[in-house]
Amino acid sequence: MLSKKQAKTFFIAGSLVTFFIFIGLTIFSLSKSQDQSNSDKITESVAHGKHLWEKNNCMGCHTLMGEGAYYAPELTNVIKRRGEVYVKTLLKMKTPWAPRGRKMVAYGFSDEEANDLIAFLKWVGEINLNGFEKVDRTVSPLPKDKMKN
Amino acid sequence: MKYKSQKVAYWFFALSMLLLVLQLTYGFIMGFARLGYDGLHNIIPFNTAHTVHINTLVVWLLSGFMGAAYYIIPEESESELWSVKLAYVQLISLAVVGVAALLGYHFNIWEGRKFLEIPRELDWLVAINVILFLVILLMTIIKGKKKTTTSWVLFGGLLGAALFYLPGMISFDSQVLDSFFRWWVVHLWVEGVWELIMGGILSFLLIKLTGVDREVIEKWLYVVIGLTFLSGILGTGHHYYYIGVNKIWLIVGGIFSAMEPLAFLAMALWAVNMYRKGEKKHPNTLALYWTLGAAIVSFLGAGVLGLAHTLPQTNLYTHGTLVTAMHGHLAFWGAYAMIVLAMITYALPNLTGRKLYDHPRGRAAFWLSNIGMFTMVAAFAAAGVAQVYLERILGYEFGDVQNKIQVHFWVLIMGATILTTGLILYIIDFIKYGLPNDEAVTK
Repeated sequence: MLSKKQAKTFFIAGSLVTFFIFIGLTIFSLSKSQDQSNSDKITESVAHGKHLWEKNNCMGCHTLMGEGAYYAPELTNVIKRRGEVYVKTLLKMKTPWAPRGRKMVAYGFSDEEANDLIAFLKWVGEINLNGFEKVDRTVSPLPKDKMKN
Repeated sequence: MKYKSQKVAYWFFALSMLLLVLQLTYGFIMGFARLGYDGLHNIIPFNTAHTVHINTLVVWLLSGFMGAAYYIIPEESESELWSVKLAYVQLISLAVVGVAALLGYHFNIWEGRKFLEIPRELDWLVAINVILFLVILLMTIIKGKKKTTTSWVLFGGLLGAALFYLPGMISFDSQVLDSFFRWWVVHLWVEGVWELIMGGILSFLLIKLTGVDREVIEKWLYVVIGLTFLSGILGTGHHYYYIGVNKIWLIVGGIFSAMEPLAFLAMALWAVNMYRKGEKKHPNTLALYWTLGAAIVSFLGAGVLGLAHTLPQTNLYTHGTLVTAMHGHLAFWGAYAMIVLAMITYALPNLTGRKLYDHPRGRAAFWLSNIGMFTMVAAFAAAGVAQVYLERILGYEFGDVQNKIQVHFWVLIMGATILTTGLILYIIDFIKYGLPNDEAVTK
């Protein structure tokens, strides 16, 4: 029967081995050759866009790459789906709007801020997400009027 | 209770209860907003409510863990706490930092990264607070008469939680790296080191409540936490499937996270078997309810419902939908909320001297809160599956789908009401116990 000492060894050895494998895999998958995010295209504007994304806690309602709060739409493909003009207009809007009933805070971003957020979202939209980018579809394949019933 | 300094634990538990009330309140704000009743939008928009909801969760659990540690470590080490004064300083600073962070969320002061919203300046204060806490515990263990496995595992889990807080403080310009290391905190907390904390508390409670030999209980504790790390560390990969890192994580994350339920199954079997082997003489039946409940519900919530969407083939569609909320609610409830409530239920009679061991209100609190939570989880499951099908398979607009599945949010509110009723009864009990006193200590 298993002794306490053997159980302890199992815990320590198992943890160490898997932790080292985890570190190894992390280093491998973050290495330059494995980059699938076009990290060389992170311009100052993209970085500032990310900063604004965080500063305003967009993730507190939306999801991006599937991460967030499930209250508002997934934005990975939003630029492809809606186009820049649409997104820019609503980012700059000073009055609240409620597409399909759910209210979004009226942030009233400046022109430059809106451009940076769009640059950030565009950059995200180009990341190879191992297939998730195709699940978050840009075009509805079925007629919308069916939903109204 | 044997040591006067254990009284500190009470105040951490009290802070927990206070934050729990806030968490529930903001949960309702979100639930009603989903139904279109968003009258508070101008003061508390959804992102504020969401952030307060998940941060109060983390802090009330942490405060509960800290209270548990301040109760358990002196008893296990057979020594008073190293410094009671510093423990109170730590309590007050934790409360101050917590309140400051929560207030800030109402004024757009945060770092919008799910679960790590606390602004950077406050991060440092959290770090100092936790270091102080760890020093108090470590000094108590070192100068104590006994150094038990239970106290080392509990301490190890708390130390791990502190260490794995740090990767979340690194800044990145890349959303991919940001997300990658955010999971080093969130996943390695809840599916890693927090399970050590849970294991340590569970071990202590099983030793006390079942009367089974410590050596046997602690042996299986090692097996449980061994399985946890064996599956959980590489299981982090299940968060890396679709965030822009390479496909190796689909295989590694898929295999190892599919093994994670084993750790929770082991934990449930361990608790139930120790109970069956035990003498069943301890009068605190309610504490036993919560303890066994935590072990079993964590297997269902974290284990089974986690498995339901952890394979990459499934997760491709469920990633970023209400299916995650389904798993998240029952996992946090079973594994962490219930173990904290178990610890409080065990400790209160000893701290206050009032022996309310088994009474209808206490049982109602247990059953109502669990029935409420399972109802909520069922609502999230139905809503989540419908969302996946309509949005991800048929390709309907997000907003249209949310309106279509609204009936499930009514069920959600109903479940939340039952849950809250149960927890209010629990808190009434908490208040009725009265304050901790030295008279109880000497008994």
